Amino acid sequence: MTAIEPDETVDARGAACPGPLMDLIGAIRSADSGAVIRLLSDSEQSLTDVPEWAEEAGNELLEIEEHDDHTAFYVEKA
Amino acid sequence: MTERIVIVGGGTGGSVLANDLADRLEPELDAGDVEVTLVNDGPEQVYKPVWLYVPFGQREPADGRRRLDELVDGAVDLRIDRVTDIDTEAKRLGLADGPSMSYDYLVVATGSTLEPEQIPGLAEGGHDYYSESGATELREELLSFTEGELVLSVIGTPHMCPAAPLEFVFMADDWFRQRGLREDVDITYTYPIQRVHGNPHIAEWAKPIMAERDINVETFFNAESVDPEAGAITSMEGTELDYDLLVTIPPHAGVDLIEEAGLGDDGWVDVDKHTLEAEAAENVYALGDTADTGVPNAGSVAHYQAGVVGQRLASEIRGRPPTATYDGKTLCFIETGMDAASFVEFDYETPPSPAPPSEKLHWSKLAYNESYWLTARGLL
Repeated sequence: MTAIEPDETVDARGAACPGPLMDLIGAIRSADSGAVIRLLSDSEQSLTDVPEWAEEAGNELLEIEEHDDHTAFYVEKA
Repeated sequence: MTERIVIVGGGTGGSVLANDLADRLEPELDAGDVEVTLVNDGPEQVYKPVWLYVPFGQREPADGRRRLDELVDGAVDLRIDRVTDIDTEAKRLGLADGPSMSYDYLVVATGSTLEPEQIPGLAEGGHDYYSESGATELREELLSFTEGELVLSVIGTPHMCPAAPLEFVFMADDWFRQRGLREDVDITYTYPIQRVHGNPHIAEWAKPIMAERDINVETFFNAESVDPEAGAITSMEGTELDYDLLVTIPPHAGVDLIEEAGLGDDGWVDVDKHTLEAEAAENVYALGDTADTGVPNAGSVAHYQAGVVGQRLASEIRGRPPTATYDGKTLCFIETGMDAASFVEFDYETPPSPAPPSEKLHWSKLAYNESYWLTARGLL
C-alpha cells in the first residue's frame, strides 16, 4: 500500500471509458495546485488513458496501485 | 387503495413513459386502482434535436416545442409545477406552487442542464446549440460568418447527444463549401480525451473523415478559460486557440434536487444499469440523461428505457416480480454533411459500427425528427 495521502478520492469504478478519465479531469479542474487526487477505476482503458493525459497536461502521476478488482491512480495537480 | 406513480420531467423519457403506462395500466387506471401523475415545470415539451439545424437556418425553435397536454394521454394527471425536493424516506415531493405530493413509485426524468459558468469567460465568449436561446444567437453569428477561425470545443462530458459535435463540424464544412466560403473558413474541433469521440469505434470512423474534410483536430483539450476580448480559448493542457467564432458544448449537470435527495452526484441518479432502479432509495427509478448508466444521453435511450420502466412498474402494480431489463440499446443518426448521414445502433455488449453515409439516411433522420411527436405520444 502506498503512503500517499490523497486530498480527494474519485471512485469511478463501474464507469465505462472515458468516464473515469473525465471524472479525474473534473476533479483536477476544481483542485488547487499541489493537490493529490486518487482515481479508482476498473476500466482497463484507464491504464493507458490516465498516464497519457497526466503527461499531456503536465500533472504528475505519482503512483499506480493495483488491487484485485480495480486500479488506484494518484495524480498531483501541477 | 390507489397506488400513485409520479414521473418528474416531461421530456422524451417522461412523456413516453406516461403514455406507456396509460396504455399498459388502462384497466387499473379506469378502476381507480392506480394514478399516474406527470409533473413538468412548464406546459411544453422541448425536442432538443431540432436545435442542431437552427444555426444553419434550416429549422425554427418552435419546431421543437409541443404542448404536453396535447402529447400526453388524458388518463394521466398532468401537473405544471416545479418539484423543489424529493424525500425518499417519506415518499413525498415538495412542489413550488402546489401542496406536497406523496408517491408509491417515483420516476426521475429531469434531464440535463447547462452550466457554462463553470468555465470563466465561456458565457460571454462562446455560443452553443444546446439551448433554444443559444441556437438562435448562434444562427445570427453563423449566417453572417464568411471568413475566419471557427472553433468547436467539446467541454462538458457527459453531454446530450454525443454525436452532435461531430455533426456540427461536418455540417459546417459542407455548408461553407456549398456556399463557396470554405477556403476562407478554418474549422477546428477539440475533444477532452485522446480521441475525437468518447466511443472508440465512432472515433475511428470519424477521424479519417475529418482529415479528408480539412477539419483540424485538437485532442486532450479541456477548456480552462475563454478570453472573449482576445478571442482565445485555453486548455488545462496548456494549448491556446484563437477563434473568430467559438461554438462549445458547455458543461452539463443534472438538477440540484437529485444530489440534495442523496440519489447521486452532479444531478445524475446512481442506478442499476439494467433495472434502472435507484441504488439509494426504494421504489425510485431514473430515466434518460438522469440515469447514470454510462450510455449516451440521447432521446433513443430515454425512449427504450421508458418501455423497460413501464413494464417494471406495471409488474409491481400487479404484484408480479418485474423482469424487464434495459440492455443499453441506443440508436443514433449522425449527419455527415448537409445532405448525408450515417447511422449507429449499439448496446452494452455490441459496439457501434457506423453505416456508410448516404442521402437516404439523412432523409431518414429528418423524417424521424418530424415523426418524433408520435414517439412522444407513445405511438411509434
